[in-house]
Amino acid sequence: MDFGSFLSALTPLNLAFALLGVVAGTVIGSIPGLTATMAVAVLVPITFSMEPASALILLGAIYTGAIYGGAYAAILLNTPGTPSAIATTFDGYPMAKRGDGDLAVAIACFASVTGGMIGALALLFLAPPLAEVALAFGPVEYFWLAIFGLSLIASLSTGNLIKGLVGGAFGMILSTVGVGEISGDIRLTFGSQTMIGGFGVVGALIGLYCIPVLIDLVAVPDRHLKVEDDIRSVRIGEAFGIAIRSKFNLVRSSVIGTLVGILPGAGGSVAGLVAYSEAKRSAKPGQKFGEGEPDGIMATEAANNATVGGGFIPTLVLGIPGTPPDAVILGALLVQGVRTGPTLFESNGAIVYTFIYGLIIATVLMLPTGLLIGRYAYKSIVSIPKAVLVPSVGFMTIIGTFAIRNSISDVIIMLLLGTFGWVISRFGFAASPIVLGLILGPIAEQGFVQGWIIGDATGNLFGMFFGRPLSQAIIAFTIISLLYPAFTAWRRRRVAT
Amino acid sequence: MVKQKIEMLSALGRRARPVVAHGKAHDASRYGNWTRPGTLTRLDPRRNKPQRKEGPPCGAPKRTGPEVVQKPPFRMIRFLGSDQVLRRTILKAATAAAIATTTAFAAHAEIDGPVSYVIPFGPGGESDISARLQQPFFKDKFGQDLVISYQPGGGGAVGWASLNGLSGDGQTIMGVNLPHIIIQPAQKDVGYTTEGINAFYMFHYTPDAIVVKADSPYQTLQDLIDDAKVNPAAVTMSGSGKASANHLAQIKFDNMAGIKTTYVPFKGTGAAVTALLGGQVKAEWGYSTVGAKQGDAVRMLAVAMEERHPLFPDVPTFKELGFDMVGGAYRGIALPDSASDETKALWSSMIGDINADPEFRQKMLDGGFAMLDVDAEGMDAFMQARIEEYLADARAAGLIK
Repeated sequence: MDFGSFLSALTPLNLAFALLGVVAGTVIGSIPGLTATMAVAVLVPITFSMEPASALILLGAIYTGAIYGGAYAAILLNTPGTPSAIATTFDGYPMAKRGDGDLAVAIACFASVTGGMIGALALLFLAPPLAEVALAFGPVEYFWLAIFGLSLIASLSTGNLIKGLVGGAFGMILSTVGVGEISGDIRLTFGSQTMIGGFGVVGALIGLYCIPVLIDLVAVPDRHLKVEDDIRSVRIGEAFGIAIRSKFNLVRSSVIGTLVGILPGAGGSVAGLVAYSEAKRSAKPGQKFGEGEPDGIMATEAANNATVGGGFIPTLVLGIPGTPPDAVILGALLVQGVRTGPTLFESNGAIVYTFIYGLIIATVLMLPTGLLIGRYAYKSIVSIPKAVLVPSVGFMTIIGTFAIRNSISDVIIMLLLGTFGWVISRFGFAASPIVLGLILGPIAEQGFVQGWIIGDATGNLFGMFFGRPLSQAIIAFTIISLLYPAFTAWRRRRVAT
Repeated sequence: MVKQKIEMLSALGRRARPVVAHGKAHDASRYGNWTRPGTLTRLDPRRNKPQRKEGPPCGAPKRTGPEVVQKPPFRMIRFLGSDQVLRRTILKAATAAAIATTTAFAAHAEIDGPVSYVIPFGPGGESDISARLQQPFFKDKFGQDLVISYQPGGGGAVGWASLNGLSGDGQTIMGVNLPHIIIQPAQKDVGYTTEGINAFYMFHYTPDAIVVKADSPYQTLQDLIDDAKVNPAAVTMSGSGKASANHLAQIKFDNMAGIKTTYVPFKGTGAAVTALLGGQVKAEWGYSTVGAKQGDAVRMLAVAMEERHPLFPDVPTFKELGFDMVGGAYRGIALPDSASDETKALWSSMIGDINADPEFRQKMLDGGFAMLDVDAEGMDAFMQARIEEYLADARAAGLIK
């Protein structure tokens, strides 16, 4: 981590790439359906003619920008722009509804920058030891992690546990449709070839979150978002104050995000949800998560941007991509002739450190650009008349879904799921448990099957699932997270009597 | 004969492009004169002299549709037979004359604008990386962008099922993988058939290899076999997917060595390697690419190649050790079946050109890949041999009925 690398990250060209990447990434990420993976993949060929370090800076900046950009749609349209921003909708959209959309966007920006910085610093200083975390996680740990994630349904669906569990189970069933990820079986397609690809997470996100919003927009005569009569010009100071007050939440969420980011196959959505539920669990009296609590946005956004730096740790140290965008970047590096893996830090140290500094610079640049673009996004969403907003968002949902894999059947599935989601929301079923089941179901299934095969082969099935220290820790967390609401309720009763 | 034809083709196919480094320029100019659209209908190879028919004089538009080009006779027959198998049979029955006609017409197929290269998997796998390696060479040689997109789902089935619905104008190509496109349709109805995939080039394969961690007690393949003989089924081996190249290799090797190991399927090679490095399994059924990527962190016990991989002169082949195993996962490219034979021949020659580039070969070898050159002409024979091999293996393993 020599000073020379820092200086070479500061060349005007590299700075320009970092700025360009952040802006492009933020805009792409804000459109539901256009994911960070897609943004990076499309731009890879442009980087072939560049210096490896510059190419990496551009791609890394796009990636981190896209993860932040996902918050806009989550806050202003209740639709996660990227899967990472699922938990941002929980409090972001209620804030926007009550007229605090600009504040929410600014808070998201501060949180994203903090998370991105902590993730990037971990990458800079702790990459080799942290890469061991990725290796320590075996199939069983992934299984328990997924179970832990599913236990969040309990804390997410306060007062509505049964409906939350039904939604989660439904999501898990949806996730099994199509060709089994590791078994190769074709399941629950009912003979239809359209269903072979199964339910994509992004398509389901767009359908379950965005379509109900659109239907409600049309059905209700009110404005989309409440706007204060006196449009306060800048709420950056206010947002900064809130962020400073919740510094502990920010740091904790960033650390969670970094650690989850290191795990290949978990990703930003899991990181955001885990951080959100932790923030909710340690809520102070008076904080109402799920009804527009700034801390909820901060937890999610800090965590999901921290996965960027975290995800690069196994990518660069082990040659194992932490997240899908990392996989694309890994491919771009190979074309450049840079071999990732155990020898990378020695053989190509200059490139790696220039890149890491570049990522840090891109994260810093995200602060001004994010605040600017955020204000613009907010103003355009609140000022556009409904008659224009609904068709343009509807158009974008279709384009976004189609773009995932150029499949018109994905669009049909998305529309059907969306309508279904609107209908069940009338009966008190929320979209989030379904999406959680859809994301975590395959992780749980794979981990379980692999853990079972290995445990069976070594003749120690019980020890495989319950005997490993890391598994035991995750199981303990799960139990705590499940019992905590009951415990606080019990304590409150005791205090009252 | 075949090779020569391909060279002719490549010269013809690229005559209008400026960035060409090819020694057959005189061929191009000679054939270029009489292969103008609309002027030629038939070519009798025995006399090696084109028969001219009156047609409208014209320049050389970049791309010519069927309304301008009069199809050679066998193309018309093709339109009559809508049935895939019939079409194939007729194709095979086509004589040298027909092939020569195709050769002449290759000049009409021309790529025009960026090409969409669909990878039916997510990013980061071997299919993606080899496509990424082709990307700059394609731009260099043919002046057009190769735009890679991912269409994951169903272990590739979603992409392949959609392949023949795409436009066959030569602007869209899709990666194909063996044994996937052979095993999947044999297992269940996945929306495509092996025969329906119009593959035109197989450009590399990743040889099967047994990989262990650097600190593994298995120093040699024999160590692993000995352990597996003493502790049946206790040797766990990770691999990418079920009924995949890794899985078939595991079953085949177990039978050959008379051992029983436990195969643990993972989602992709990356996850299988993570499990190996994390000590979750004792060994991995992977490819030589794993050795290239992981360097000193892993040790390969054997690779399934005819000769040792140049990158790993110290790693023996299975053959050397007495196991007749050569193969792995083959990767190629296909066009939608509506693509004309000219387009197919042009693409075959272009991918062949990239494959012949020494720099490209070196990059591929450095990545641990093994080169392969099966062009459009040799595809049917190659596929037939692979179909028999894979289906026999899969049947023996009980993966298909």
